[in-house]
Amino acid sequence: MSTVEERVKKIVCEQLGVKESEVQNTSSFVEDLGADSLDTVELVMALEEEFETEIPDEEAEKLATVQDAIDYIVAHT
Amino acid sequence: MSGRRVVITGLGMLTPLGNDVASSWQAVLEGRSGIGPIERFDTEGYATRIGGAIRNLDLEAYMSAKDARKMDAFLQYGLIAAIQAVADSGLEAVSDLDKTRVGVAIGSGIGGLEFIERNFRSLEAQGPRKVSPFFVPASVINMAAGYTAIRFGFKGPNIAITTACTTGTHNIGYAARTIKYGDADVMLAGGAEMATTPTGVAAFCAARAMSTRNDDPEKASRPWDRERDGFVLGDGAGVVVLEELEHARRRGATIYGELIGFGMSDDAHHITSPPEDGAGAQMAMRNALRDSGIAPDEVGYINAHGTSTQVGDLAEVAAIKAVFGEHAYRLAVSSTKSMTGHLLGAAGAIEAIFSLLALRDGQLPPTINLENPDEGCDLDFVPNAARATELDVALSNSFGFGGTNGTLIFRRYQA
Repeated sequence: MSTVEERVKKIVCEQLGVKESEVQNTSSFVEDLGADSLDTVELVMALEEEFETEIPDEEAEKLATVQDAIDYIVAHT
Repeated sequence: MSGRRVVITGLGMLTPLGNDVASSWQAVLEGRSGIGPIERFDTEGYATRIGGAIRNLDLEAYMSAKDARKMDAFLQYGLIAAIQAVADSGLEAVSDLDKTRVGVAIGSGIGGLEFIERNFRSLEAQGPRKVSPFFVPASVINMAAGYTAIRFGFKGPNIAITTACTTGTHNIGYAARTIKYGDADVMLAGGAEMATTPTGVAAFCAARAMSTRNDDPEKASRPWDRERDGFVLGDGAGVVVLEELEHARRRGATIYGELIGFGMSDDAHHITSPPEDGAGAQMAMRNALRDSGIAPDEVGYINAHGTSTQVGDLAEVAAIKAVFGEHAYRLAVSSTKSMTGHLLGAAGAIEAIFSLLALRDGQLPPTINLENPDEGCDLDFVPNAARATELDVALSNSFGFGGTNGTLIFRRYQA
Protein backbone atom coordinates (compact mmCIF):
# COMPACT_ATOMS: atom_id res chain seq x y z
CA MET A 1 0.00 0.00 0.00
CA SER A 2 1.39 3.40 -1.02
CA THR A 3 1.84 6.12 1.57
CA VAL A 4 -0.30 9.25 1.62
CA GLU A 5 2.67 11.19 0.27
CA GLU A 6 3.11 8.86 -2.69
CA ARG A 7 -0.59 8.91 -3.51
CA VAL A 8 -0.81 12.71 -3.28
CA LYS A 9 2.20 13.12 -5.55
CA LYS A 10 0.81 10.67 -8.07
CA ILE A 11 -2.41 12.66 -8.32
CA VAL A 12 -0.53 15.94 -8.58
CA CYS A 13 1.46 14.51 -11.50
CA GLU A 14 -1.67 13.27 -13.27
CA GLN A 15 -3.71 16.42 -12.73
CA LEU A 16 -1.05 19.00 -13.47
CA GLY A 17 0.78 17.06 -16.18
CA VAL A 18 4.16 17.25 -14.46
CA LYS A 19 6.89 14.63 -13.96
CA GLU A 20 7.42 12.98 -10.61
CA SER A 21 10.92 14.41 -10.42
CA GLU A 22 9.49 17.93 -10.56
CA VAL A 23 7.26 17.43 -7.55
CA GLN A 24 8.86 18.28 -4.18
CA ASN A 25 7.02 18.47 -0.88
CA THR A 26 7.66 22.20 -0.87
CA SER A 27 6.39 22.70 -4.44
CA SER A 28 3.66 25.30 -4.81
CA PHE A 29 0.87 24.15 -7.11
CA VAL A 30 0.54 27.57 -8.74
CA GLU A 31 4.07 28.95 -8.65
CA ASP A 32 6.15 25.81 -9.21
CA LEU A 33 3.84 23.37 -10.95
CA GLY A 34 1.99 25.69 -13.34
CA ALA A 35 -1.54 25.26 -12.00
CA ASP A 36 -4.16 27.92 -12.68
CA SER A 37 -7.23 28.53 -10.53
CA LEU A 38 -9.30 25.92 -12.40
CA ASP A 39 -6.51 23.32 -12.14
CA THR A 40 -6.40 23.70 -8.36
CA VAL A 41 -10.15 23.16 -8.08
CA GLU A 42 -9.89 19.97 -10.09
CA LEU A 43 -6.84 18.83 -8.13
CA VAL A 44 -8.81 19.11 -4.90
CA MET A 45 -11.66 17.13 -6.47
CA ALA A 46 -9.21 14.38 -7.43
CA LEU A 47 -7.77 14.30 -3.90
CA GLU A 48 -11.29 14.05 -2.47
CA GLU A 49 -12.00 11.11 -4.70
CA GLU A 50 -8.72 9.29 -3.99
CA PHE A 51 -9.03 9.65 -0.21
CA GLU A 52 -12.82 9.42 -0.03
CA THR A 53 -13.12 12.63 1.88
CA GLU A 54 -14.61 16.06 1.43
CA ILE A 55 -12.41 19.13 1.60
CA PRO A 56 -14.50 22.25 2.32
CA ASP A 57 -13.81 25.21 0.01
CA GLU A 58 -12.37 27.37 2.78
CA GLU A 59 -9.90 24.59 3.64
CA ALA A 60 -9.12 23.86 -0.02
CA GLU A 61 -8.09 27.48 -0.58
CA LYS A 62 -5.34 27.08 2.03
CA LEU A 63 -3.71 24.13 0.27
CA ALA A 64 -0.86 25.86 -1.56
CA THR A 65 1.86 23.24 -1.57
CA VAL A 66 2.19 19.47 -1.85
CA GLN A 67 3.02 19.28 1.87
CA ASP A 68 -0.14 21.27 2.73
CA ALA A 69 -2.20 18.65 0.91
CA ILE A 70 -0.39 15.74 2.59
CA ASP A 71 -0.84 17.31 6.04
CA TYR A 72 -4.53 17.93 5.44
CA ILE A 73 -5.15 14.38 4.27
CA VAL A 74 -3.21 12.84 7.18
CA ALA A 75 -5.11 14.96 9.70
CA HIS A 76 -8.58 14.34 8.21
CA THR A 77 -8.66 10.72 7.05
CA MET B 1 -13.01 46.37 -50.19
CA SER B 2 -14.83 44.23 -52.74
CA GLY B 3 -11.54 44.23 -54.66
CA ARG B 4 -9.89 42.05 -52.03
CA ARG B 5 -9.65 38.45 -53.24
CA VAL B 6 -9.56 35.50 -50.86
CA VAL B 7 -7.49 32.38 -51.50
CA ILE B 8 -6.95 29.19 -49.55
CA THR B 9 -3.38 28.60 -48.43
CA GLY B 10 -3.60 25.85 -45.82
CA LEU B 11 -5.68 22.73 -45.11
CA GLY B 12 -6.13 20.53 -42.05
CA MET B 13 -8.54 17.67 -41.35
CA LEU B 14 -9.35 14.63 -39.28
CA THR B 15 -11.97 12.32 -40.75
CA PRO B 16 -13.12 8.73 -40.38
CA LEU B 17 -10.92 8.14 -43.45
CA GLY B 18 -7.67 9.37 -41.92
CA ASN B 19 -6.12 11.70 -39.38
CA ASP B 20 -4.79 14.20 -41.90
CA VAL B 21 -5.57 15.68 -45.32
CA ALA B 22 -3.32 13.38 -47.35
CA SER B 23 -4.66 10.11 -45.96
CA SER B 24 -8.31 11.26 -46.08
CA TRP B 25 -8.00 12.42 -49.69
CA GLN B 26 -6.22 9.21 -50.71
CA ALA B 27 -9.12 7.19 -49.25
CA VAL B 28 -11.63 9.36 -51.12
CA LEU B 29 -9.84 8.79 -54.41
CA GLU B 30 -9.84 5.05 -53.71
CA GLY B 31 -13.55 5.15 -52.83
CA ARG B 32 -13.10 3.65 -49.38
CA SER B 33 -15.69 3.81 -46.61
CA GLY B 34 -14.70 5.00 -43.13
CA ILE B 35 -17.80 3.59 -41.47
CA GLY B 36 -17.75 0.79 -38.88
CA PRO B 37 -19.30 -0.33 -35.60
CA ILE B 38 -19.47 2.35 -32.88
CA GLU B 39 -16.89 1.46 -30.23
CA ARG B 40 -17.01 4.59 -28.12
CA PHE B 41 -19.85 3.32 -25.93
CA ASP B 42 -22.04 0.25 -25.56
CA THR B 43 -24.67 0.49 -28.31
CA GLU B 44 -26.84 -2.37 -27.04
CA GLY B 45 -30.45 -1.33 -27.58
CA TYR B 46 -29.70 1.44 -30.10
CA ALA B 47 -31.37 1.19 -33.51
CA THR B 48 -28.16 2.50 -35.12
CA ARG B 49 -24.88 0.97 -33.95
CA ILE B 50 -22.53 2.22 -36.68
CA GLY B 51 -20.65 5.43 -37.36
CA GLY B 52 -17.48 7.02 -38.65
CA ALA B 53 -14.93 7.38 -35.84
CA ILE B 54 -11.50 8.95 -35.51
CA ARG B 55 -9.14 6.05 -34.89
CA ASN B 56 -5.53 5.72 -33.71
CA LEU B 57 -5.14 9.44 -33.06
CA ASP B 58 -1.80 10.44 -31.55
CA LEU B 59 -3.18 13.27 -29.39
CA GLU B 60 0.12 14.00 -27.70
CA ALA B 61 1.75 14.82 -31.03
CA TYR B 62 -0.42 17.96 -30.91
CA MET B 63 -1.03 18.83 -27.26
CA SER B 64 -0.09 17.83 -23.72
CA ALA B 65 -2.14 15.19 -21.94
CA LYS B 66 -3.01 17.84 -19.37
CA ASP B 67 -4.51 20.15 -21.99
CA ALA B 68 -6.25 17.29 -23.80
CA ARG B 69 -8.04 16.33 -20.58
CA LYS B 70 -9.65 19.77 -20.44
CA MET B 71 -11.26 19.48 -23.85
CA ASP B 72 -14.18 17.57 -25.19
CA ALA B 73 -13.17 15.44 -28.19
CA PHE B 74 -14.70 17.93 -30.65
CA LEU B 75 -12.33 20.60 -29.35
CA GLN B 76 -9.34 18.28 -29.62
CA TYR B 77 -10.28 17.53 -33.22
CA GLY B 78 -10.85 21.19 -34.08
CA LEU B 79 -7.57 22.32 -32.57
CA ILE B 80 -5.66 19.52 -34.32
CA ALA B 81 -7.17 20.43 -37.71
CA ALA B 82 -6.19 24.06 -37.06
CA ILE B 83 -2.64 23.07 -36.11
CA GLN B 84 -2.37 21.04 -39.31
CA ALA B 85 -3.76 23.88 -41.44
CA VAL B 86 -1.35 26.43 -39.96
CA ALA B 87 1.58 24.06 -40.49
CA ASP B 88 0.47 23.47 -44.08
CA SER B 89 0.15 27.20 -44.77
CA GLY B 90 3.71 28.04 -43.75
CA LEU B 91 2.38 31.05 -41.80
CA GLU B 92 4.53 30.32 -38.79
CA ALA B 93 7.66 30.94 -40.83
CA VAL B 94 6.51 34.50 -41.60
CA SER B 95 8.60 36.53 -39.18
CA ASP B 96 6.65 39.79 -39.58
CA LEU B 97 3.16 38.23 -39.48
CA ASP B 98 0.77 40.75 -37.88
CA LYS B 99 -1.19 38.46 -35.60
CA THR B 100 -3.77 41.13 -34.86
CA ARG B 101 -4.79 40.66 -38.51
CA VAL B 102 -5.21 36.88 -38.19
CA GLY B 103 -8.58 35.59 -36.94
CA VAL B 104 -10.42 32.34 -36.35
CA ALA B 105 -13.94 31.14 -37.21
CA ILE B 106 -14.40 27.51 -36.17
CA GLY B 107 -17.82 26.25 -35.11
CA SER B 108 -19.56 23.04 -34.20
CA GLY B 109 -23.08 21.82 -34.76
CA ILE B 110 -23.57 20.22 -31.37
CA GLY B 111 -20.59 21.05 -29.13
CA GLY B 112 -19.19 19.10 -26.21
CA LEU B 113 -21.94 16.56 -25.77
CA GLU B 114 -19.68 13.87 -24.29
CA PHE B 115 -18.36 16.24 -21.63
CA ILE B 116 -21.89 17.43 -20.90
CA GLU B 117 -23.11 13.85 -20.43
CA ARG B 118 -20.18 12.90 -18.19
CA ASN B 119 -20.63 15.90 -15.92
CA PHE B 120 -24.37 15.49 -15.75
CA ARG B 121 -23.83 11.90 -14.60
CA SER B 122 -21.45 13.15 -11.87
CA LEU B 123 -23.97 15.81 -10.85
CA GLU B 124 -26.80 13.29 -10.61
CA ALA B 125 -24.76 10.67 -8.76
CA GLN B 126 -22.63 12.81 -6.45
CA GLY B 127 -23.97 16.35 -6.39
CA PRO B 128 -22.85 19.79 -7.55
CA ARG B 129 -19.34 19.64 -6.08
CA LYS B 130 -18.45 16.89 -8.57
CA VAL B 131 -18.93 19.01 -11.69
CA SER B 132 -15.56 19.78 -13.27
CA PRO B 133 -14.28 23.37 -13.18
CA PHE B 134 -13.41 22.77 -16.83
CA PHE B 135 -16.95 21.82 -17.75
CA VAL B 136 -17.83 25.09 -19.46
CA PRO B 137 -14.55 25.74 -21.32
CA ALA B 138 -14.41 22.05 -22.28
CA SER B 139 -17.84 21.96 -23.86
CA VAL B 140 -18.97 25.34 -25.22
CA ILE B 141 -18.80 25.66 -28.97
CA ASN B 142 -16.53 28.66 -29.43
CA MET B 143 -13.61 27.06 -27.60
CA ALA B 144 -12.13 25.46 -30.73
CA ALA B 145 -11.65 28.99 -32.02
CA GLY B 146 -10.51 30.08 -28.55
CA TYR B 147 -7.91 27.33 -28.16
CA THR B 148 -6.63 28.00 -31.68
CA ALA B 149 -6.16 31.71 -30.94
CA ILE B 150 -4.35 30.96 -27.68
CA ARG B 151 -2.13 28.35 -29.31
CA PHE B 152 -0.89 30.67 -32.07
CA GLY B 153 -1.44 34.14 -30.60
CA PHE B 154 -3.96 35.08 -33.30
CA LYS B 155 -5.65 38.23 -31.97
CA GLY B 156 -7.97 39.07 -34.86
CA PRO B 157 -11.72 38.39 -35.06
CA ASN B 158 -12.64 35.20 -33.20
CA ILE B 159 -16.03 33.63 -33.74
CA ALA B 160 -17.86 30.32 -33.91
CA ILE B 161 -20.97 30.23 -36.05
CA THR B 162 -23.39 27.43 -35.13
CA THR B 163 -25.86 26.45 -37.82
CA ALA B 164 -26.25 22.67 -37.44
CA CYS B 165 -24.96 20.87 -40.54
CA THR B 166 -24.22 24.14 -42.36
CA THR B 167 -21.76 25.26 -39.66
CA GLY B 168 -18.52 24.53 -41.53
CA THR B 169 -19.72 26.21 -44.71
CA HIS B 170 -21.01 29.29 -42.90
CA ASN B 171 -17.80 29.72 -40.92
CA ILE B 172 -15.70 29.57 -44.10
CA GLY B 173 -18.01 31.92 -45.99
CA TYR B 174 -18.20 34.37 -43.12
CA ALA B 175 -14.43 34.26 -42.63
CA ALA B 176 -13.90 35.09 -46.31
CA ARG B 177 -16.19 38.10 -45.94
CA THR B 178 -14.23 39.18 -42.87
CA ILE B 179 -11.14 39.30 -45.07
CA LYS B 180 -12.93 40.96 -47.99
CA TYR B 181 -14.38 43.59 -45.69
CA GLY B 182 -10.91 44.37 -44.37
CA ASP B 183 -11.26 43.19 -40.78
CA ALA B 184 -8.51 40.58 -41.17
CA ASP B 185 -5.90 39.44 -43.69
CA VAL B 186 -5.88 35.78 -42.68
CA MET B 187 -8.68 33.65 -41.19
CA LEU B 188 -8.64 30.05 -40.00
CA ALA B 189 -12.11 28.67 -40.62
CA GLY B 190 -14.04 25.43 -40.38
CA GLY B 191 -15.91 23.13 -38.05
CA ALA B 192 -15.45 20.31 -35.56
CA GLU B 193 -17.79 17.58 -34.33
CA MET B 194 -17.94 14.55 -32.05
CA ALA B 195 -21.61 13.80 -31.48
CA THR B 196 -21.21 10.02 -31.33
CA THR B 197 -22.34 9.80 -27.71
CA PRO B 198 -25.27 7.97 -26.12
CA THR B 199 -27.54 11.02 -26.21
CA GLY B 200 -26.43 12.10 -29.68
CA VAL B 201 -26.97 8.72 -31.28
CA ALA B 202 -30.21 8.05 -29.39
CA ALA B 203 -31.58 11.41 -30.49
CA PHE B 204 -30.85 10.93 -34.18
CA CYS B 205 -32.25 7.40 -33.91
CA ALA B 206 -35.42 8.81 -32.34
CA ALA B 207 -35.71 11.29 -35.21
CA ARG B 208 -35.51 8.29 -37.60
CA ALA B 209 -32.77 10.15 -39.42
CA MET B 210 -30.01 7.54 -39.38
CA SER B 211 -29.28 4.38 -41.33
CA THR B 212 -29.86 1.14 -39.44
CA ARG B 213 -27.77 -0.95 -41.84
CA ASN B 214 -25.76 -2.21 -38.84
CA ASP B 215 -24.74 -5.50 -40.44
CA ASP B 216 -23.07 -3.80 -43.40
CA PRO B 217 -21.60 -0.50 -42.18
CA GLU B 218 -19.47 0.27 -45.23
CA LYS B 219 -22.60 0.17 -47.41
CA ALA B 220 -24.76 2.24 -45.05
CA SER B 221 -24.12 5.73 -46.43
CA ARG B 222 -25.49 5.56 -49.98
CA PRO B 223 -26.71 8.92 -51.27
CA TRP B 224 -29.27 8.77 -54.13
CA ASP B 225 -29.36 4.97 -54.06
CA ARG B 226 -32.81 3.37 -53.97
CA GLU B 227 -31.87 1.41 -50.84
CA ARG B 228 -30.65 4.38 -48.80
CA ASP B 229 -32.13 4.54 -45.32
CA GLY B 230 -30.74 7.60 -43.61
CA PHE B 231 -27.44 9.26 -42.81
CA VAL B 232 -24.47 7.83 -40.93
CA LEU B 233 -22.94 9.94 -38.18
CA GLY B 234 -19.23 10.76 -38.52
CA ASP B 235 -16.68 12.46 -36.24
CA GLY B 236 -13.86 14.83 -37.10
CA ALA B 237 -12.91 18.35 -38.07
CA GLY B 238 -11.79 20.45 -40.99
CA VAL B 239 -10.03 23.82 -40.98
CA VAL B 240 -8.79 25.93 -43.89
CA VAL B 241 -6.50 28.94 -43.94
CA LEU B 242 -8.13 31.76 -45.91
CA GLU B 243 -5.85 34.58 -46.93
CA GLU B 244 -6.10 37.86 -48.79
CA LEU B 245 -4.53 37.26 -52.20
CA GLU B 246 -1.79 39.91 -52.06
CA HIS B 247 -0.84 38.84 -48.53
CA ALA B 248 -0.48 35.28 -49.79
CA ARG B 249 1.46 36.30 -52.89
CA ARG B 250 3.91 38.48 -51.00
CA ARG B 251 4.99 35.55 -48.86
CA GLY B 252 5.03 33.06 -51.72
CA ALA B 253 2.29 30.88 -50.24
CA THR B 254 1.01 27.74 -51.96
CA ILE B 255 -2.49 28.59 -53.21
CA TYR B 256 -5.03 25.75 -53.36
CA GLY B 257 -7.75 27.83 -54.94
CA GLU B 258 -9.80 30.98 -54.67
CA LEU B 259 -13.08 31.34 -52.79
CA ILE B 260 -15.13 33.29 -55.31
CA GLY B 261 -18.68 32.88 -54.04
CA PHE B 262 -20.70 32.47 -50.85
CA GLY B 263 -24.47 32.28 -50.59
CA MET B 264 -26.95 31.72 -47.77
CA SER B 265 -30.68 31.22 -47.37
CA ASP B 266 -33.30 29.53 -45.27
CA ASP B 267 -36.10 27.16 -46.29
CA ALA B 268 -38.53 28.80 -43.84
CA HIS B 269 -40.43 25.54 -44.13
CA HIS B 270 -39.88 22.85 -41.47
CA ILE B 271 -37.47 22.26 -38.56
CA THR B 272 -35.76 19.24 -40.10
CA SER B 273 -37.08 18.62 -43.64
CA PRO B 274 -36.55 20.61 -46.82
CA PRO B 275 -39.38 21.36 -49.26
CA GLU B 276 -39.57 18.91 -52.17
CA ASP B 277 -38.27 21.42 -54.70
CA GLY B 278 -35.30 22.40 -52.50
CA ALA B 279 -36.29 26.05 -52.87
CA GLY B 280 -33.97 27.16 -50.07
CA ALA B 281 -31.08 25.20 -51.52
CA GLN B 282 -31.74 26.80 -54.90
CA MET B 283 -31.56 30.23 -53.37
CA ALA B 284 -28.28 29.50 -51.55
CA MET B 285 -26.72 28.32 -54.83
CA ARG B 286 -28.12 31.29 -56.76
CA ASN B 287 -26.85 33.72 -54.13
CA ALA B 288 -23.39 32.15 -54.27
CA LEU B 289 -23.37 32.30 -58.08
CA ARG B 290 -24.38 35.96 -58.01
CA ASP B 291 -21.64 36.67 -55.45
CA SER B 292 -19.07 34.95 -57.66
CA GLY B 293 -20.11 36.70 -60.84
CA ILE B 294 -19.71 33.51 -62.89
CA ALA B 295 -22.31 31.91 -65.15
CA PRO B 296 -23.94 28.69 -63.88
CA ASP B 297 -22.44 26.69 -66.76
CA GLU B 298 -18.93 27.45 -65.53
CA VAL B 299 -19.48 25.12 -62.54
CA GLY B 300 -17.90 21.74 -63.27
CA TYR B 301 -18.39 19.92 -59.96
CA ILE B 302 -20.80 20.07 -57.04
CA ASN B 303 -19.83 18.51 -53.73
CA ALA B 304 -23.40 17.89 -52.65
CA HIS B 305 -24.82 17.92 -49.15
CA GLY B 306 -26.10 14.44 -50.11
CA THR B 307 -26.59 12.86 -46.69
CA SER B 308 -28.33 9.65 -47.83
CA THR B 309 -31.74 10.55 -46.43
CA GLN B 310 -34.90 9.91 -48.45
CA VAL B 311 -36.17 13.47 -48.65
CA GLY B 312 -32.96 15.48 -48.56
CA ASP B 313 -31.25 13.74 -51.46
CA LEU B 314 -34.24 14.27 -53.76
CA ALA B 315 -34.68 17.93 -52.80
CA GLU B 316 -31.03 18.67 -53.57
CA VAL B 317 -31.30 17.04 -57.01
CA ALA B 318 -34.44 19.11 -57.70
CA ALA B 319 -32.62 22.25 -56.60
CA ILE B 320 -29.59 21.55 -58.80
CA LYS B 321 -31.84 20.97 -61.81
CA ALA B 322 -33.74 24.20 -61.12
CA VAL B 323 -30.58 26.28 -60.81
CA PHE B 324 -28.48 24.77 -63.60
CA GLY B 325 -31.12 23.66 -66.14
CA GLU B 326 -29.61 21.52 -68.91
CA HIS B 327 -26.13 22.08 -67.49
CA ALA B 328 -27.18 20.00 -64.44
CA TYR B 329 -26.77 16.94 -66.66
CA ARG B 330 -23.29 17.95 -67.81
CA LEU B 331 -21.67 18.85 -64.49
CA ALA B 332 -20.58 16.22 -61.96
CA VAL B 333 -22.26 15.90 -58.56
CA SER B 334 -20.97 13.67 -55.77
CA SER B 335 -21.38 13.10 -52.07
CA THR B 336 -18.19 12.40 -50.13
CA LYS B 337 -20.49 11.62 -47.18
CA SER B 338 -20.88 8.22 -48.84
CA MET B 339 -17.36 7.58 -47.50
CA THR B 340 -16.95 9.85 -44.45
CA GLY B 341 -20.47 9.72 -43.09
CA HIS B 342 -22.07 12.99 -42.01
CA LEU B 343 -19.81 15.11 -39.82
CA LEU B 344 -22.61 17.62 -39.05
CA GLY B 345 -20.89 20.90 -38.15
CA ALA B 346 -17.59 19.76 -39.64
CA ALA B 347 -19.14 18.48 -42.88
CA GLY B 348 -19.02 21.76 -44.79
CA ALA B 349 -15.39 22.24 -43.83
CA ILE B 350 -14.11 18.83 -44.91
CA GLU B 351 -16.21 19.05 -48.08
CA ALA B 352 -14.73 22.47 -48.90
CA ILE B 353 -11.33 20.81 -48.60
CA PHE B 354 -12.32 17.89 -50.85
CA SER B 355 -13.63 20.43 -53.38
CA LEU B 356 -10.32 22.31 -53.33
CA LEU B 357 -8.36 19.08 -53.74
CA ALA B 358 -10.61 18.10 -56.65
CA LEU B 359 -9.62 21.40 -58.30
CA ARG B 360 -5.93 20.94 -57.49
CA ASP B 361 -5.70 17.37 -58.76
CA GLY B 362 -8.35 17.41 -61.48
CA GLN B 363 -10.02 14.43 -59.78
CA LEU B 364 -13.73 14.08 -59.11
CA PRO B 365 -14.46 12.33 -55.79
CA PRO B 366 -16.89 9.43 -56.20
CA THR B 367 -20.25 8.69 -54.62
CA ILE B 368 -19.76 5.14 -53.36
CA ASN B 369 -22.53 2.59 -52.75
CA LEU B 370 -24.55 4.02 -55.63
CA GLU B 371 -25.80 0.75 -57.09
CA ASN B 372 -29.35 1.59 -58.20
CA PRO B 373 -30.05 5.31 -58.48
CA ASP B 374 -33.45 6.24 -57.11
CA GLU B 375 -36.19 7.50 -59.38
CA GLY B 376 -35.39 11.02 -60.54
CA CYS B 377 -31.76 10.71 -59.44
CA ASP B 378 -30.39 10.93 -62.96
CA LEU B 379 -27.42 13.29 -62.67
CA ASP B 380 -23.77 12.31 -63.08
CA PHE B 381 -23.09 11.31 -59.47
CA VAL B 382 -19.57 9.99 -60.25
CA PRO B 383 -20.71 6.53 -59.12
CA ASN B 384 -18.32 4.34 -57.18
CA ALA B 385 -14.99 5.41 -58.68
CA ALA B 386 -13.08 8.68 -58.79
CA ARG B 387 -12.62 10.20 -62.23
CA ALA B 388 -9.96 12.45 -63.73
CA THR B 389 -11.28 15.58 -65.41
CA GLU B 390 -10.49 19.16 -66.34
CA LEU B 391 -11.96 21.24 -63.57
CA ASP B 392 -11.96 24.99 -62.94
CA VAL B 393 -14.91 25.65 -60.64
CA ALA B 394 -16.29 23.55 -57.75
CA LEU B 395 -19.35 24.32 -55.63
CA SER B 396 -20.02 22.90 -52.16
CA ASN B 397 -23.48 22.75 -50.54
CA SER B 398 -24.50 22.39 -46.90
CA PHE B 399 -28.01 22.30 -45.48
CA GLY B 400 -28.95 22.18 -41.80
CA PHE B 401 -31.79 21.75 -39.33
CA GLY B 402 -33.73 24.96 -39.08
CA GLY B 403 -33.71 25.05 -42.85
CA THR B 404 -30.41 26.91 -42.96
CA ASN B 405 -28.45 26.63 -46.21
CA GLY B 406 -24.98 27.62 -47.37
CA THR B 407 -23.05 27.34 -50.62
CA LEU B 408 -19.37 28.00 -51.32
CA ILE B 409 -17.83 28.33 -54.80
CA PHE B 410 -14.12 27.74 -55.38
CA ARG B 411 -12.12 28.39 -58.52
CA ARG B 412 -8.74 27.13 -59.54
CA TYR B 413 -6.38 29.97 -58.81
CA GLN B 414 -5.52 32.14 -61.82
CA ALA B 415 -3.27 35.15 -61.33
